[in-house]
Amino acid sequence: MTLLSVSYENSKVVFEGIKAAGIRSVSALPETWLIHLLQRAEDDMDLELIEVAKEEEAIGIAAGAYFAGEPHLLLMQNHGFLAAINAVVSLAQLYGIPLCMLIAFRGHWGEPYPWHTRGGIITEEVLRALGIPFEYAKDPDKVAKQIREAYTFSQSSLSPVALLLTRDLMED
Amino acid sequence: MERARCLEVIYPELTDKLVVTIMGACAQELYNLGDRDNFFYLQHAMGLASSIGLGLAKHLPDEKIVVLDGDGSVLMNLGTLTTLARYQPGNLVHIIFDNGSLLSTGGFASHTTSGVTDLAAIAKGAGVEHVATAVNPLQFGEAVIEAFERDALSVIVAKVQAVGPDKFGMDLALPENAFRFRRYIREKKNKSLEK
Repeated sequence: MTLLSVSYENSKVVFEGIKAAGIRSVSALPETWLIHLLQRAEDDMDLELIEVAKEEEAIGIAAGAYFAGEPHLLLMQNHGFLAAINAVVSLAQLYGIPLCMLIAFRGHWGEPYPWHTRGGIITEEVLRALGIPFEYAKDPDKVAKQIREAYTFSQSSLSPVALLLTRDLMED
Repeated sequence: MERARCLEVIYPELTDKLVVTIMGACAQELYNLGDRDNFFYLQHAMGLASSIGLGLAKHLPDEKIVVLDGDGSVLMNLGTLTTLARYQPGNLVHIIFDNGSLLSTGGFASHTTSGVTDLAAIAKGAGVEHVATAVNPLQFGEAVIEAFERDALSVIVAKVQAVGPDKFGMDLALPENAFRFRRYIREKKNKSLEK
């Protein structure tokens, strides 16, 4: 039921934006809004996809990819981001390791599922408290540019950067 | 068996590999043997040394990656063994020093102390084929050499005493360690491209 509402077209646009940004490696934990995106990533032979058991691992993998000089991007849900905060703080921010995070912003305006709501309500304030720059991806015509700019900024600032994938973009 | 002795045994073999070590006593003991540009000391974020190792291993297939881990750290991220098993990086050697203790934070017993929890069995159950347990330096050295020669993911659980160095202190700022480690890899890649 949920799957049907995830935007196939916009997922394709986001995926193409990731590729166009020069990303060759992605770490991820599956999430409903990311389902089409991850399907494409799995099918793409030129992209290294590493699926983790918990999002904190992905921060470590991203650090390894950065050391290896490989353009890397993280895909997760906002609750996964919340679960990974110690790694974001005590690995990425502590050592100056860039993270380009695409985060499904669940639990906000229009959210029908109660279990997503607390995490959704506090996500922006947590990002602010951590000093993580973030933007909202709402418009399919702009998202490719936003991904490219998020990656560029993460690399220049040696910092985590988050692009929040919103309901406007991810659902039909 | 002491971890410092284990590190001493394998230290000469680490010169051409990428080494990621956990914090505390293990980091200090490696540093005391001689700091090197190919060493990354993960001084916090417990549990993620093997995740960093996986990120390195997947993107640098021509390098051997050595992760120096501990029971306390692995217990904080048991999922990592399943992720390693899923992707089977053949160039990764995951060494877990099991001292049954959270030594660096007061020496409280970890879950492996009683011998009930068996990390080697957990690694096996996660799907890692090559798992060895070592209880003396000779066994440890042999297991590590075999793992270095093998083109398959290897996990070595080394049973060590809960003892660490007398003094702590490293002349290496954390971001400096990250910059240096990345530069070492880049320069090594560039050299191999020239050949």
